[in-house]
Amino acid sequence: MKAFARLLDQLAFTPARNAKLTLLRDYLGSAPDPERGWALAALTGALSFEAAKPGFIRKAAEARLDPLLFSLSYDFVGDLAETVALVWPHLPGPNREPELPEVVESLKLASRREVQQLLERWLDALDATGRWALLKLLTGGLRVGVSARLAKQALAALGDVPVSDIEEIWHGQTPPYGDLFAWLEKRSDKPSADAPARFRPVMLAQAIDEDSDFARYDAQNYAAEWKWDGIRVQAAHEGGQRRLYSRTGEDIAAAFPDVIAALNFDGVIDGELLIFRDSHAAPFGDLQQRLNRKTADAKLMEKFPAGIRAYDLLVEGDEDLRSLSFQERRKRLEAFVARLHSDRIDLSPLQPFASWEELKQLRAHPPKGDPEIAEGLMLKRWDSVYEPGRPKGPWFKWKRDPHLVDAVLMYAQRGHGKRSGFYSDYTFGVWRRDANGDRALTPVGKAYFGFTDEELKRLDKFVRDNTVERFGPVRSVRADKDFGLVLEIAFEGLQRSTRHKSGVAMRFPRVNRIRWDKPAREADELPTLEKMLD
Amino acid sequence: MAGFRQLLRNTPQGLYCPPGDFHIDPVAPVARAVITHGHSDHARSGHGAVLATPETLAIMAARYGEAFAAGTEAVPYGAKITRNDVSVTLVPAGHVLGSAQVVLNWKGITAVVSGDYKRRSDPTCLAFEPVACHLFVSEATFGLPVFHFPPAQDEAAKLIKSVALFPGRTHLVGAYALGKAQRLIALLRQAGYDKPLYMHGAMDSMNALYQAHGVALGALLPATDAARNALPGEIVIAPPSAIADKWARRFADPIPAFASGWMMVRARARQRHVELPLVVSDHADWDELTLTVQELKPEEFWITHGNEEALLRWALLNDIAATALEIAGYEDEEE
Repeated sequence: MKAFARLLDQLAFTPARNAKLTLLRDYLGSAPDPERGWALAALTGALSFEAAKPGFIRKAAEARLDPLLFSLSYDFVGDLAETVALVWPHLPGPNREPELPEVVESLKLASRREVQQLLERWLDALDATGRWALLKLLTGGLRVGVSARLAKQALAALGDVPVSDIEEIWHGQTPPYGDLFAWLEKRSDKPSADAPARFRPVMLAQAIDEDSDFARYDAQNYAAEWKWDGIRVQAAHEGGQRRLYSRTGEDIAAAFPDVIAALNFDGVIDGELLIFRDSHAAPFGDLQQRLNRKTADAKLMEKFPAGIRAYDLLVEGDEDLRSLSFQERRKRLEAFVARLHSDRIDLSPLQPFASWEELKQLRAHPPKGDPEIAEGLMLKRWDSVYEPGRPKGPWFKWKRDPHLVDAVLMYAQRGHGKRSGFYSDYTFGVWRRDANGDRALTPVGKAYFGFTDEELKRLDKFVRDNTVERFGPVRSVRADKDFGLVLEIAFEGLQRSTRHKSGVAMRFPRVNRIRWDKPAREADELPTLEKMLD
Repeated sequence: MAGFRQLLRNTPQGLYCPPGDFHIDPVAPVARAVITHGHSDHARSGHGAVLATPETLAIMAARYGEAFAAGTEAVPYGAKITRNDVSVTLVPAGHVLGSAQVVLNWKGITAVVSGDYKRRSDPTCLAFEPVACHLFVSEATFGLPVFHFPPAQDEAAKLIKSVALFPGRTHLVGAYALGKAQRLIALLRQAGYDKPLYMHGAMDSMNALYQAHGVALGALLPATDAARNALPGEIVIAPPSAIADKWARRFADPIPAFASGWMMVRARARQRHVELPLVVSDHADWDELTLTVQELKPEEFWITHGNEEALLRWALLNDIAATALEIAGYEDEEE
């Protein structure tokens, strides 16, 4: 348990992805079986316990420590599990520190009552970091910023294999993943990838470079279709198994029973998960209501009915189509979708075009209907096979130009890692009129990239020279009608938000240009932004 | 005992001993001061006469210049000095080099003013010596049951392991320039880390002073030299405030670390953007505070500064007469 606790502890303090990867790889390479397998399951969400409720944990702690001392401690620390982990009196003696596999096995077998007794014994034997990790594990949320994707990358690094190899076999593997580690450490052959309805690693597109790629590639060799604004999914129904995967291979079926019910076919399709209303795609904000949930109730599904707009057909019956050309797969897909007669699965239509110039016009002025809310266009070579990863040449994405708004820098926060000495995270605002008609800035978003290192130095100097107030790592910067720094912010879309004071939330905001020249009072007003709502 | 308040009392300048006519660690200039240790909030300049250990006087001279007080009196550990009818003895407190508890004897009363102290071993200073007393006046910087510090050796090992794991990055460790920095260096040396350690300029005078007092620190090099080396794979020790400063930019993708008792609490580490918290403290943790009181069995237990509320509650539960003096002016944020 010590090594696992230490890993969780470090992951929680490490913001940088690469550093997390190093920590994971180091742990997976040094912890023994089956501990590392259970750790992997806990990190990827394949293993979760809700064995202990906060109320129980607090009561158990107060049985060991005076309640007033506990509450003084809780006030100081601010987090229940952490407080309990810190104040729990260590009981040296016969107690042996539990190992992770022992904890997992016991929890699987124990009744709720027994779990509580076990928990107290384990807390007695562990140190503060161990207690914290155990409580995180038992209350069902590790929240240390590790995605399943990141864990798979660490495994790929451990075995020196492409991450697509891991993804391909992942769904045939179960915790504690003995076969997987044996293969990665070259002690055995690659586990079979023949599990029905397993995940097929996804083919992704490169962003097109408008300056060079159009001259290099011939328009006739490419098909174009709209890039729908949902999430990329893979839907499989094979051997009686139905699955819905995100593009990194996470099984999201439990949150989409309505989509699962519609998979009345034998095969695997690649498509975009969308909310459908009268056969039309709804904006991304609607889909967001259904994302990151463990389940979906009937009311939610009725209000936000989900479906798939199909891009590709990977498997039909027993036949793997991935080595066929896009052109052939497309023909098969069209016939496949037509046979379904489903209001949950439709076809992403191809957009005919004769030249890049014509396509450019289409992208700038999409036809009425669904294409108006598409994210842009996809270009696919007619002869491209379906290959995992992001190969350069066969597929391109060509996103629409972002929305732009001129906002005023209001707050800045220090960054991490390379940027730890710089104020590199910027909260910006636009003008809004209050009830008296006076103009005041209201924050509308936060951006932390889009500028060069040189620009960062200048921004940082501006922040330090014009700080009005400090709150911990945050500085408030002078911003009023007579003085302030205007940032041109690019973003992909705008949604209504009740969580933000301004009532709007941006998708993917970044600094497009720094307007050293523009007076703050000439920055945009909130109504300008509201017109851009999706 | 009624006499306690005649022997010691709180004044706007800090703790005062009327029969001896001196203050202990006064927070404002006074005529006569007894100083427990060299940290700047306890050892201020501008007093009339200062009585302290030779090490503490040397630290004050290094920090403020030789003229930091009108007069000084160096009293080695264990020597008995008399002021009017009060005898004063300085006894090791285990906090930093030269740190002392002040033991007062007056009319049959023994009072101990702990200053800042710890009970754990520290290769850079003498260990705390418990003195049985009627009145124990203690600090309470970490006076909450959440503070059970792990073994400092484990924290040094954590740092060394992280350096091995991230050979391309600089480990930038914030540590208080007096005491914490030297203890951390000594811990790293004990753990077998024998590469040069790189120092912020603010560390130099205290490092030199410790070395002159026979504390071995190994090879120390300036972190910032003319070559502007980014120091990948090296450990740099700097004052806590420098970690977040422009100064930190020169290093290779630095991992910010901080050696402090406050690092026990996650929110404190996150607030400072610390990615490698190292729980190394020169103060007593909750167990040390409470066990020390139980060991000394004083008739009364007074608390000078820190988190006194929980200790008062603990004293009540354990039937120990306790009072919080709430002396203002001591800051331990950077501990």
